[in-house]
Amino acid sequence: MSTIGFWISGVVGRTLAYSVPLLLSTLGEIYAERSGILNLGVEGLMSLGAFSAFAVAFFSGNPWLGVVVSGIVAGCASLVHAFCSVTLRTNQVVSGLALGMLGMGISGVLGRDFEGKVLATTLPVFRLPFLSALPGFEKHNVFVYASLGLAVVLWFVLFHTRWGIVIRSVGENPAACDAMGINVTLVRYACVFFGGVLAGLSGAYLSLGYRPSWSYGMTAGIGWLAIALTIFAFWNPLWGMVGAYLFGILYHLSFRFQAQVSPELLNTLPYLFPLVALSFVSRLAARRKVGPPASLGVPYQRGSS
Amino acid sequence: MRLRLQVTRRLEPSASMVFFVSALSLLLAFLVSGLLFVFLGISPLEAYRVFWQGAFGSLYALSETVKRMIPLAIIGAGLAVSFQASVWNIGAEGQMLIGAIVGTWVALFSPLPPSLLLPVMFVLGFLGGALWGTFAAWCRNRLAINEIITTLMLNYVAANLVLYLILGPWKGKTVRGFAYTDPFPQEAWLTTIGTTRVPLATFLFAFLTALFCYFLLAKTTFGFELRVVGRGEKAAHLAGIPAKRVVALVLFLSGGLAGIAGVGEVSGIHHMLRHPAHISLGYGFTAIIVAWIARANPLGVLASAFLFGALMSGQDALKVAFGIPFQVMYILNGLVLFFLIASEQLLYYRVTLRVAPWGEKEDEYDRVLD
Repeated sequence: MSTIGFWISGVVGRTLAYSVPLLLSTLGEIYAERSGILNLGVEGLMSLGAFSAFAVAFFSGNPWLGVVVSGIVAGCASLVHAFCSVTLRTNQVVSGLALGMLGMGISGVLGRDFEGKVLATTLPVFRLPFLSALPGFEKHNVFVYASLGLAVVLWFVLFHTRWGIVIRSVGENPAACDAMGINVTLVRYACVFFGGVLAGLSGAYLSLGYRPSWSYGMTAGIGWLAIALTIFAFWNPLWGMVGAYLFGILYHLSFRFQAQVSPELLNTLPYLFPLVALSFVSRLAARRKVGPPASLGVPYQRGSS
Repeated sequence: MRLRLQVTRRLEPSASMVFFVSALSLLLAFLVSGLLFVFLGISPLEAYRVFWQGAFGSLYALSETVKRMIPLAIIGAGLAVSFQASVWNIGAEGQMLIGAIVGTWVALFSPLPPSLLLPVMFVLGFLGGALWGTFAAWCRNRLAINEIITTLMLNYVAANLVLYLILGPWKGKTVRGFAYTDPFPQEAWLTTIGTTRVPLATFLFAFLTALFCYFLLAKTTFGFELRVVGRGEKAAHLAGIPAKRVVALVLFLSGGLAGIAGVGEVSGIHHMLRHPAHISLGYGFTAIIVAWIARANPLGVLASAFLFGALMSGQDALKVAFGIPFQVMYILNGLVLFFLIASEQLLYYRVTLRVAPWGEKEDEYDRVLD
């Protein structure tokens, strides 16, 4: 292969690999926020997912079991946030922060003995008939393709099905939905749970596929990037996909300068990109008058509005 | 006849009620984390005992508690102010590190006469943290980027800046391969109280900060304005309050206080710039809870900062005695926050059991009155 072809395949490959956890957790956050619930605990949920996936895969020898468990664990953990913000109508910022701390804490304490351990079997390379022949697509596990497909499916569900209308309406005007007989509480619980599951799966991808190991802090702020990306994507799964790959490629390219610039300074770039990206997008949003779901962060209480 | 739970809204919860509920949620968090000790194979009673010894058991333990209380109180007072304005500054961690960086620069590289070092360190450290915070305000006001995102992202940026400095240009010549700067000259050290490791100046400053923020909130026009902004930026705008300026000032103040806490750590405790996790120990995040548990009252912050200082030094003792990793603090913090916000319902709603006659319509009494 020519040098430039090699270079492209390298960039595409690393970009795809890095974007997966970002994309998955962003898709989950988009659904939670579309239903009106801000979940700031994504980072902790990812960490919890990464740890539980690793621990289960380590003991059972079956990475797929780890994947399933990570989704369940993070999904159930996010129900705590749903209970506080939907049922108890607490402040969603604080509840999300609490969930994040709890997730980081639990995975850190229970995961200490797993630091530096090696997995016997990791997620296998998955090949699609046509796609896997493209440069950069050669060596990926199933998450890479599944997250791509999931973004499209979730976009379709959100904008072209009845369920999608229900979810978006609950996030915009819960009182009207309630009057129409839609169970606002159920929809919000379901969306938060779904967001938690996806955050957990993105953690599982990190600890079973991307870098098959467990270490505290391996989520490296991706959960927070996902929250920024949700805004960047205008709460739209397809834009979420675009954003995740954009962040992924910028992140990867910045590492190509390691010979010239110190790695610590390059490490600041993934956290500065979102600010730059959001500054462009926010003007666009203001002009097109698109904003967050009208009831985002506002607890719903029957008869109060 | 049936018994029925009736829920009515209280207007203003009394101070004793607030205290009682806060204490209860702390206690519950402790009991639940006891389960964690059981899970880790440690007797919870033994763990609580070690914890108590580590936090209050001796003069040394108490001084360790106070040492941790200082940054929590200084940062927490600033965060209390920002929470009252509904400005979610979760970047105190980064603002603190910037303060530490600026202070270190003054101590090691500025051409100042020794007697001026300390005052300039604190003034510039304040400005450093304040500008770091104001950048988030600028992003919110000009670019409409939520300050939660900005302040949080800037934490990672600040931590990486510290790492860059201690591994690169500022790496000490005398420390042989370790990732610190050279030690500060003695003139840039804060004097400690007696034989303890508690710096006197920042200890007093913590109390001054609490008083200052309390008066700012309760007795000044600016305090009033920022509380109006806290209720809604639009409403504030209609009332003729320059909401954007208020947000900027709030982030300036809370960022600056975090910066001072950062200078306090490097000049009072470490006497050098070192790994961000050692400078901060998560003070910026824990201070969020400290401010929240005090219901964003700067005077209350002093008490809750002392409490969380005790929690931190107590869990340090746990780490030494049982090898429990430091992340146990996050679990405890998360639990405290959860119980605290969940119990908020108890504060604002009175739940009473009443006898309802048969045939009474459900809606009339079961509805939550607002």
